[in-house]
Amino acid sequence: MNLAWRIARRELRGGLRGFWVFLACLTLGVAAIAAIGTVRGAIEAGLTEQGAVILGGDAEIQLTYRYAKPEERAFFESLGDVSELVDFRSMLVAGEERALTQVKGVDDLYPLYGAVQLTPDMPLQDVLAGRDGVPGAAVDPVILARLGLEVGDRVKLGTKEFIAMAALERMPDSAGGGFSLGPPTLVASAALQGTGLLTPGTLFETQYRIRMPEALDLETAKADAEANLEGTGFRWRDRRNGAPGISRFVERLSAFLVLVGLTGLAVGGVGVSAAVRAYLAGKTEVIATLRSLGASGGLVFRIYLLQVGILAALGIAMGLALGGILPLVFGPLIEASLPVPVDLALRLRPLAEAALYGALAAALFTLWPLGQAEHIRAAALFRDAQSGVQGWPRPVWIIACGLILATLIGAAAWLSGLAMLSLWAAGGIMAAFLVLVLSALGVRVLARWLARHLRGFRTLRFALGAVGGPGREAQAVVVSLGLGLSVLAAVGQIDWNLRNAIAGDLPDVAPSYFIVDIQPDQLEPLIASLKARPSVSKVENAPMLRGVVTRIKDRPAAEVAGDHWVVHGDRGITYADALPTGTKITAGTWWGEGYEGAPQISFAAEEAQEIGLKLGDSMTVNVLGRDITAEITSFREVNFSTGGLGFVLSMNAAALRDAPHTQIATIYAQQADEAAILRDMATAYPNITAIRVRDAINRVSEVLEGIAAAVTYGALATLFTGGIVLIGTAAAGEKARVYEGAVLKTLGASRAAVLANFALRSALLGLTAGAIALVAGIAAGWAVSVFVMETDFQVAIGSALAIISGGILATLATGLMFAWRPLATRPARVLRARE
Amino acid sequence: MPKDQAMTDPVMRLKDLTLSLDGNAGVVEVLNGISLEVAAGETLGLTGASGSGKSSLLMVMGGLERATSGLISVLGQDLTPMGEDGLARFRRDHMGVVFQSFHLIPTMTALENVALPLELAGDADAFARAEAELAAVGLGSRGDHYPLQMSGGEQQRVALARAVVGRPKILLADEPTGNLDAATGEMVMDLLFDLRDKYGATLILVTHAPELAARCDRVVQLRDGQVVSDSLAVAAQ
Repeated sequence: MNLAWRIARRELRGGLRGFWVFLACLTLGVAAIAAIGTVRGAIEAGLTEQGAVILGGDAEIQLTYRYAKPEERAFFESLGDVSELVDFRSMLVAGEERALTQVKGVDDLYPLYGAVQLTPDMPLQDVLAGRDGVPGAAVDPVILARLGLEVGDRVKLGTKEFIAMAALERMPDSAGGGFSLGPPTLVASAALQGTGLLTPGTLFETQYRIRMPEALDLETAKADAEANLEGTGFRWRDRRNGAPGISRFVERLSAFLVLVGLTGLAVGGVGVSAAVRAYLAGKTEVIATLRSLGASGGLVFRIYLLQVGILAALGIAMGLALGGILPLVFGPLIEASLPVPVDLALRLRPLAEAALYGALAAALFTLWPLGQAEHIRAAALFRDAQSGVQGWPRPVWIIACGLILATLIGAAAWLSGLAMLSLWAAGGIMAAFLVLVLSALGVRVLARWLARHLRGFRTLRFALGAVGGPGREAQAVVVSLGLGLSVLAAVGQIDWNLRNAIAGDLPDVAPSYFIVDIQPDQLEPLIASLKARPSVSKVENAPMLRGVVTRIKDRPAAEVAGDHWVVHGDRGITYADALPTGTKITAGTWWGEGYEGAPQISFAAEEAQEIGLKLGDSMTVNVLGRDITAEITSFREVNFSTGGLGFVLSMNAAALRDAPHTQIATIYAQQADEAAILRDMATAYPNITAIRVRDAINRVSEVLEGIAAAVTYGALATLFTGGIVLIGTAAAGEKARVYEGAVLKTLGASRAAVLANFALRSALLGLTAGAIALVAGIAAGWAVSVFVMETDFQVAIGSALAIISGGILATLATGLMFAWRPLATRPARVLRARE
Repeated sequence: MPKDQAMTDPVMRLKDLTLSLDGNAGVVEVLNGISLEVAAGETLGLTGASGSGKSSLLMVMGGLERATSGLISVLGQDLTPMGEDGLARFRRDHMGVVFQSFHLIPTMTALENVALPLELAGDADAFARAEAELAAVGLGSRGDHYPLQMSGGEQQRVALARAVVGRPKILLADEPTGNLDAATGEMVMDLLFDLRDKYGATLILVTHAPELAARCDRVVQLRDGQVVSDSLAVAAQ
């Protein structure tokens, strides 16, 4: 190794010329992964450090539409100071205007940790106390703006007036609550008395936040709660994971972005490989000289492995520096744009992870050309010094490449925490890579064939001849640009179809409003009044309770169903006596009308299959603190995609009808009458809550927009790397083009003809990369739409055109960037230099 | 070629031609006041030691390099005011060039390389003529091969076919056997002279080899960018 090292060091005296693409690709790929990991680490640390603030206490016990019983409350108080919060959806009314809001009724101890930010800045208790005997409310600025309210104006919740004392800028525990359809309004719990909102059966939940003495161990407290509150349907959270939804979201999004980063590294790998190949081609004469002086193939391999290794280490180091420091530089911006606390700092794990990926990718993409260099013979000095590295490396290097690839995929699967997604993504990247390489090959064959048959179109034929001729330009351009564009095309198609399904199709088939909290005595007059309106085409209603699936087949539900959404939190459940009209039973039998026997469940067929439920299985559902164990006797078709009423779980009437509950209704009406319907309903029944489906769709669309934006940025980073590879390829090809331009000019081609030739071949390669990426994007979009989202798929024309034209423009721009020298150089200089 | 015809009908006229090039060592005077006339149909050998300026003179004659001063007229047209594209068109229509290093386009097959000048001239029959020309140089079966798949001698024969396929009035050859072994070089030179005889072009040949120069009607020797001897002048004396 000493000799190899000495020669490698001498070789490196030539400097890093020709290696900027190598360094840029590796640096960017490593930097992207390091930056994603650093931000993820910062969010996770922020969530952990601020867990108690985000949660609103050291621990929280949540109950579904009931307050704690005295003995339960006594248990909570045995753990520490207890703050009670009641949380439900309602309508905030100002004159004729109404807005959906998430009401949070709090006590004097709220917040146990952190502080509420208000405008004007004033103590929360002063806000809640109100003025002139009228209770106060802190109202989200979005609602204030929507209802045209000023601080000091009067609003109504249910039948009771409040004064909007301040704008609610931020609640310390706002990140812990997860997704909600209405912005929050903060009032005193006691002031909710007399609003008519918290009547029996109303959908609300209570949260008991506990500030514990430091000595109390959370795990012990949790075990105590489980022992004391068993069968009450309670849910426990504590500061160790104050915002599980956000943690999960951050974990998944960042894992996904790391996979996008790995795609970038794969794209960069094309540049890395091309740079090493070009470097070795330039060194053919040196290698041949070394071989003629007695150097073995192994020594040659080691010499260049050392050189490439040093450069790779440099690229990785630069990537780590960039990826570690950039998030710190943009710290204030990141903190301001995230709804959660972040603790930005340099952390070892994300940097080590990025370095590992970088090293493996560098090894994977350089080992092959290095292995080929072993075959350069001394005879190259006399015959084929221009031919560069070619042929197959020895089997040992091919096996080594396979092992490195397996390690890379294994590392991604293990470190991302999303093994299946990583394996699928790796499979996808490899398949895309293979498809692109094969496509590039196919395009070359096709171009060659066309060049021989399109004899009337001179410029096009020249360009096709160049694309189809020997050389690696077609492959490098199609693969590097194609991979980045494929990710972007897939994101574009999926995003457009998802939004189209939600915002485009859904409003046409979905109801105008969901009405919740309809008291039993309100149901008949409400439905009658709605049906009397000519604009209303249909009203559907069902009894509605909420329950938590606690056990399945006499085992804890999570053990059987894992992380399935049905067992995640409380679900809407209903009951019926006779089989409702339009319901289709797919297996088993519906209980007969008037059935009064042991509780039975009819479960949604698709979800049952996902969880692995069978007819005859037992299921325990906790409703209002009472466990009801029932047998699953039938499966039903439930269609959630139309936005209509759909319950995963329906029980026989006798099992639930005596529990306090309300009704839910859906109203299908003409859009023009929606505002009037809301006004009339809310005036007549102030306690009910109407959720406008269009608003909900907009809210969901906003969230999707944010996710799509994050993924798009990731894809653009990949494309940026692809751009560097393109520039590198064009730069590497410049010498050949200068030469080609000189020969063409010698034979009588004008500069315009030479330029047209170069431009056309660049555009052809861009078009090819764009077209392949589009096909890949459409395939991915179709698969996700049809199999994952179960919606129809349409090609997003705008995105498709952008991908194609983007591909052409990118190659055209980089191609023309390097066309100046071939046009400007005099032929004699170029040709004589080659003599 | 009768001497009197040569004197009355020159295809190329050079007067006080100079060429200075900027190199790493500063400005180098490559050609230093060359005056020369080349008659139609003549075979002119340019000889001289390395660095004497013979290849540079050939490049200027072909419009591949621009003279720093002086006049150059080819086929009655003054090349000095012509732009790059004008010179390219002029070469396309009237000249064929053969180089020591062949200078075939590596991304084109042999047939495509030969058809190229005809295609540039807008000849609808380019490929049929190119095929015939390749056959004429003995490479009719190698049309689909790329330059890298051919030997040096074969590449030079392709280059020859490319140079003559447009039937140029002037054929310029810059040491066309310089990169070939002796036997192949001789074969290529035979071919070059055969083609010239067949098509009657004026041939200007740069060479180091005395035996090649001896095959020319006239030999001009250069030293330090100047004409030091001209066999035509010697004969006239």
